[in-house]
Amino acid sequence: MSKNNSEFSVVGKRIPKLDAAQKAMGRAEYIQDVKLPGMLFGKILYSKHAHANIVKIDTSKAKALAGVHAVLTGEDVPKKMKMGFIKDNPPIKKGNVCSLRDEVAAVAAISPEIAKKALDLIEIEYEELEGIFDPEKAMEKDSPLVHEHLKSNVLKMPWNIHYGDVEKAEKESAFVVEDRFTTTWVTHCCMGTSGAVALFDASENLTIYTNTQIPSLAHKDFLEALKAMGLENKRVRVIKPVIGGGFGSKLDTYAYEHIAILLAYKCRKPVKIVFDRVEEFKATSTRQPTVTYIKQGCDKNGKLTFRDMRMVLDNGGHTSWGATTPSVMLMPISSLYRVENVKYNAKCVYTNNTYSQAMRGYGNPQATFAIESSMDMLAEKAGIDRIEFRKINKNQSGDETPQGLKITSCGLEECIDAVKEELKFDGKNEKGIGTGIASLIHVGGGARIYGSDGCGAILKMDDYGKVDIFTGGTDMGQGLDNITAQIVAEELGLLAEDINVVHSDTDICPWDVGAHASRSTFVAGNAALGAAKKVKKKIQVFASKLFDVPAQEIELKDKLVFVPGDREKSMLIGKLLRKAHFRPGGTMLMAEHFYDPDNENMGKELKGNMSMTYSFGAHGAKVKVDEETGKVEVLEYVAAHDVGRAINPLLLEGQVYGGVIMGLGYALTEEVTVKDGEIMNANFRDYKLFTAKDAVKIKAPVIETDDKDGPFGAKGIGEPGCVPTAPAIANAIYDAVGVRIKDLPITPEKVLAALKDKNG
Amino acid sequence: MTTNISFLLNGDEISYDIKDHWTLLHLLREEMGLIGTKEGCGNGECGACTVIVDKLAVNSCLYLAVEADGKTIETIEGLASTEGSLHPLQQSFVDNGGIQCGFCTPGMIMSSKALLDENPDADREEIKHALAGNICRCTGYIQIFESVEAVKGMGGQNE
Repeated sequence: MSKNNSEFSVVGKRIPKLDAAQKAMGRAEYIQDVKLPGMLFGKILYSKHAHANIVKIDTSKAKALAGVHAVLTGEDVPKKMKMGFIKDNPPIKKGNVCSLRDEVAAVAAISPEIAKKALDLIEIEYEELEGIFDPEKAMEKDSPLVHEHLKSNVLKMPWNIHYGDVEKAEKESAFVVEDRFTTTWVTHCCMGTSGAVALFDASENLTIYTNTQIPSLAHKDFLEALKAMGLENKRVRVIKPVIGGGFGSKLDTYAYEHIAILLAYKCRKPVKIVFDRVEEFKATSTRQPTVTYIKQGCDKNGKLTFRDMRMVLDNGGHTSWGATTPSVMLMPISSLYRVENVKYNAKCVYTNNTYSQAMRGYGNPQATFAIESSMDMLAEKAGIDRIEFRKINKNQSGDETPQGLKITSCGLEECIDAVKEELKFDGKNEKGIGTGIASLIHVGGGARIYGSDGCGAILKMDDYGKVDIFTGGTDMGQGLDNITAQIVAEELGLLAEDINVVHSDTDICPWDVGAHASRSTFVAGNAALGAAKKVKKKIQVFASKLFDVPAQEIELKDKLVFVPGDREKSMLIGKLLRKAHFRPGGTMLMAEHFYDPDNENMGKELKGNMSMTYSFGAHGAKVKVDEETGKVEVLEYVAAHDVGRAINPLLLEGQVYGGVIMGLGYALTEEVTVKDGEIMNANFRDYKLFTAKDAVKIKAPVIETDDKDGPFGAKGIGEPGCVPTAPAIANAIYDAVGVRIKDLPITPEKVLAALKDKNG
Repeated sequence: MTTNISFLLNGDEISYDIKDHWTLLHLLREEMGLIGTKEGCGNGECGACTVIVDKLAVNSCLYLAVEADGKTIETIEGLASTEGSLHPLQQSFVDNGGIQCGFCTPGMIMSSKALLDENPDADREEIKHALAGNICRCTGYIQIFESVEAVKGMGGQNE
């Protein structure tokens, strides 16, 4: 039986973030704040050219500078030390560079200023090569090759699927629309820049402080790095200081981490590398840009018949996780709305641009922009109201999609209705004002990207009824600590403040695959819940002897262990715990739990139920377009989400608001401007984030579908907030002034040009 | 070149030998160990390093330390009482979800304090204007506005 929110004591409550006071006082320690005795400062030199051979490097002047402890070039990097999804990227390049963010040398010195000066003294002679910066052109036969030895710029990736029979379905369709949509580079803009501090102990074991979202996988990467350095069987400890924003940017290990390790080993001193803001823009990875061709059709009643999509992805010069975003794009392509016949092909193409990574939504915002823009176009062609059209094709609980996704709980229709209710889609808008809607599906119950999608938790109770829970999960500001604490407190009849959540130290915390795919509430939450259940059982068994009743009759609530209806049989949990520990032959009340959801790896067929459950949502926007200037003003915004259950509505709203504003930046203002591989706007003046002035009113209705597998019914909500934002805006602009912008961001220039085209 | 400056920092009289090229941010963070003031960009574009100098919110990354001579400076470390109780603004940011990753928080709170010290009844538009130079990537600002509004009229003072 599912529970109402009123039946919970801690779950569903607006409990402030447990670490918020520390942060409000300025006491939280980020990577910028880590300071160790004898610490040196590392700096990295980047290539001067987007594509070149390195002819000669002279580091003698840099090495001679007083205060410099080490200078490294590609020659100093062990051959097997490589990074990225297909391990094609050494932390310092040797012989050849293929983007302007390619590292060519690094320095450790006693101060950042001296390290910087030393970089200026490194002399490098390059032989410039012709670059290629357009992925579609890079696919042409005579294009310059980014990696000569690969003989082609097109990566060997498996992104080619066909479910059903698209050709047949197209022939039988009453209405078909076809178009091309493009998205560009945008970047995470974490307020705390990237950085790491590495040090070796006397036995050559490594400790690395780094703001990673994947402590356990980073641990593995660094073990491999040590192995490449000839340091086999040494230990690695990854410590994550407070993270100044993640959003997917920290789902890989990077050159700065590996370089810090190499420098620390060479100098036998702690070495700190922290990016400045320009470096953060230029040397961290972006969201994957896309060129998308989409064709979809419906029958005369508006039922979708097929969806045919083709993409070209700019892979940049090296391969990180951007090249795998099609695995997630596949989800909305195959499964946003009911559509039986689906085709998708994506080509990842090397260019001499920057390379991409995970960023909130992991390909979903790009795919959903094309799908939901096209949905409006198809609805119009078929002469069906766009809300009605979406409802005709809505996903429903119990569906299995062509990809094999099993929809266990689905509140999509309720989300669409909530948007309709708030925004009054009655077609009676003033001139220049329009409304738009777009929906989303996202993984909400983990995502089996690796062999494991698991998370471990260890729970220990002290003598006074307080809990320490050691989790593999990572809090990067989103509030996993609270979710963990509230789940454990609910199960054990305690308060959230009784729960101390320990994370982010691989010496102490169990394994976890990482804070990605909106998986933490579901997976780390279930891990914590599993451990709490085991401890609860131990408490019940122990109390059953004290109270002389069967264990199942014992309840835990309000810090009491008691038998309902029997006032004699009740004890403060702390007292009971002391009785357990503090006696001859005592027992320790601890438990561990490893939760790995029962979801499926897609395998070669690219089919399978990748997540235990899926989150749904619908966003609606009301915009005003100034036809004189092309400026788009967002008047109202509604973001309705099916979250299973809101473990903490305060934090949930924070995820939605933050996601939406990030999505609005994606829709309207944000763009890393790249010219011949060079990033031209590496600062907050020219890279246009939404500021407080631009923030819009957002309503965030929450639909609770109480998912059967979620902890207390919850699904993930970290990413959905920014998934359908851009198409909701694009659709509203079309509704307002009749122009469809197919290229993000939708700047005033593009709107004006389109209006000019339309009006002649 | 070294210069001796004197200033009032969070109520304490300070005398410090500084290098003339130091920014106030460098003096606070790197020399005095007051890590609450954050560096987000070093270019006056993000507001993470905001401190209050003679009642005005300034980007300490662009403010030369030598200019602090004779001034009254407030940083995030000076807001909570010595007994540890949070300033109403700090408490409100905690209670209203104004904090996620927290990196922008000290600057955000200092800008808010400068506003409320000057204009205790600031409305939403005035709050937006006062925080326009403080970038937050996590919250979408809404819960930050709510945090500031919740202490309006309380003067923003630590009493």
